[in-house]
Amino acid sequence: MTDAAFRELRLDGVGRRFGDTDALHGLDLTIRRGEFIALLGPSGCGKSTALNCLAGLLPLTAGTIRQDDRRIDTLPPERRGFGMVFQNYALFPHLTVRRNIEFGLQMRRLPRAEVARRTAAAVALVHLEEHAGKLPGQLSGGQQQRVAIARAVVLEPALVLMDEPLSNLDAKLRLEMRTEIRRLHQSLGLTTVYVTHDQEEALSMADRLVVLRQGRVQQVGTPEELHARPRTWHVADFMGFRNLFPASVVEVPAGERVVVDAGGLRLVGVPAQPVAVGDRVVVGVRPEDLHVGADGAPADGGPADGGPADGTVTATVSVVEYQGREFAVEVRTAAGLRLHLRTTARLVPGDGVTLRVPAGRLLVFPGGGGDLPVATAPLGDDVPAAAAAAAAAAAGAADGAAPVPQEAR
Amino acid sequence: MTAPTDPGLRHRLAERGVDARLLLLVPALVFVVGLFVYPFLYGLGLSFQPAKGGGPFADYQRFFSDAYQRDTIAKTLWLAIPAALFNVLASVPIAYRMRGRFRGKRLLTTILVVPITLGTVLTAEGLLNFLGPAGWLNRSLLGLGLVDEPVVLIQNYWGVFFSLVISGFPFAFLLILSYLSGIDPTLERAAATLGAGWVQRFRRITLPLLAPGLATTFCLTFVLAFSVFPSAYLVGDPSGETRVISIAAYEAAYQANDFPLGSTIAMIMGAVELAVIGVVLLWRSRFYVGSSGGKGA
Repeated sequence: MTDAAFRELRLDGVGRRFGDTDALHGLDLTIRRGEFIALLGPSGCGKSTALNCLAGLLPLTAGTIRQDDRRIDTLPPERRGFGMVFQNYALFPHLTVRRNIEFGLQMRRLPRAEVARRTAAAVALVHLEEHAGKLPGQLSGGQQQRVAIARAVVLEPALVLMDEPLSNLDAKLRLEMRTEIRRLHQSLGLTTVYVTHDQEEALSMADRLVVLRQGRVQQVGTPEELHARPRTWHVADFMGFRNLFPASVVEVPAGERVVVDAGGLRLVGVPAQPVAVGDRVVVGVRPEDLHVGADGAPADGGPADGGPADGTVTATVSVVEYQGREFAVEVRTAAGLRLHLRTTARLVPGDGVTLRVPAGRLLVFPGGGGDLPVATAPLGDDVPAAAAAAAAAAAGAADGAAPVPQEAR
Repeated sequence: MTAPTDPGLRHRLAERGVDARLLLLVPALVFVVGLFVYPFLYGLGLSFQPAKGGGPFADYQRFFSDAYQRDTIAKTLWLAIPAALFNVLASVPIAYRMRGRFRGKRLLTTILVVPITLGTVLTAEGLLNFLGPAGWLNRSLLGLGLVDEPVVLIQNYWGVFFSLVISGFPFAFLLILSYLSGIDPTLERAAATLGAGWVQRFRRITLPLLAPGLATTFCLTFVLAFSVFPSAYLVGDPSGETRVISIAAYEAAYQANDFPLGSTIAMIMGAVELAVIGVVLLWRSRFYVGSSGGKGA
């Protein structure tokens, strides 16, 4: 029915509409054999739609999918030969673990001996030998998950599709299964498309990431590329840039630097995409890249990439959370800008701090079209209204008023 | 019920579910005892006191030794089992198709379910008008030259069968629709990705998960059909082909005024129903009866 392997799977302009809304639009992607691709994005971004289109469970409304030179988007799911792991596992409740795993092999009408051999191997692969005779309802979540994976991989499918397979597990099990899936991928060399909303999961498992937002691709790249150089602030938001705020470009000197004004603060950063003076932009920096240099004290072990171009920000500590090795701290600038940082320094709410913002770690993203991060007002906001208004005016976005989200380019 | 004064005892009783809320069961209990248990036991006792003399089982012997009476069992089964089977089997594909959401689903469901509200007499009247010798169907068939003389579909087996289908189908359909909606649709999608075509998906996944629901639905529609009475008179042949067991009981009790024999026949009727249900439930017990992954069921 299907050749077990392919050189590449090419998606051209794949789209899916539901009524008047584009759940997925213009997805171009080439999946090479053996690759582990993660589709990443917030809920409703179209990643599950993309997966269902690949599996054949949803017909496309635009574009084509080709496996090498063969067009497959017109084939029903049972003729594509792709394995799929569902979010709720979708194990057949009336069949034992062994029969669940056998199911696909029996559908291929393989000889009985081969079915038994491959089933036993798959059961062993996921360490469920003692549970092979049980019904899925008698297993724990992690075990059910493993049955679902074994059921999909026992067919040695050309492509394995995984739809948030770890989202129903607790944190510890999730970490274990993450390693397990990665191990299976490496040992079996299965081409995998993995859908998740968890950036950490995506970064740690995938060879390449596809970040989706509102049905459109934001960026495709290796984990390193996406982690270090997100192209839009939406991607940055996903990649752990917790400090994102609107700003405007003041100066574009020569070299890889721009000067921006954010709520009255002058900061130097690196443009993620070309920007011009006067542009509305969004600046972002990770909490771990902000360094506390309280009252002229030396910075707390930050990398030595500082320099005269580094910005400094004075602020007041508002919230401190203990997180084991370090503290997660929220500070407020006089203009009402909230920043998050991580530090080993013991701070208490009310302390005044001076933060160093390394120019190389502050990214400047285009923020045109009113597409700006929403500055949510915290509960019990104690910032004087005048200061907040000043900050809003300076930042060019009304504090607390959500700008209408628009399509990113 | 006297409320225990010792708070320790009250606490212990509450842990076993004995508390004032049990009183809520009283109306239901009165209802069940007064309207079911007592009449049933009364009738059972009556059936052992034959009016025409003889031992306690004389009326049972009388029923089974008289072919005219005895045959009512076979005649009723011959109506009720096919009608119940037809209702269940016809409901499955329609309910299967109607699981998801689509435009007009509510209207279609309403149309399918309306007959349940009609009542047997109205249905019978409609059947007489539609299927009778001068009804639309026969006039159309004659007009089209498909038949030379009217097809006889009333005042015989078929009249009663159609009546049972009209009144039983909506019931079976609603039950099966709810059982089918209780099956997680991703199970079939999973089967599809594993290479199962729609026949295999239905046979290997949906049908086994639906089987308990089919059994229950069959039992309920069978019981409804087995006690058929008005339509056996109105659109059937009450002295011949469709002399069902309830007619025999009615004639014994209210035309011959032999209440004990009437009770005996009612008891036999109950026993036959229980036997059929027993067989079906035995078949059902061979299937998986746990969760089917979806909502409900």
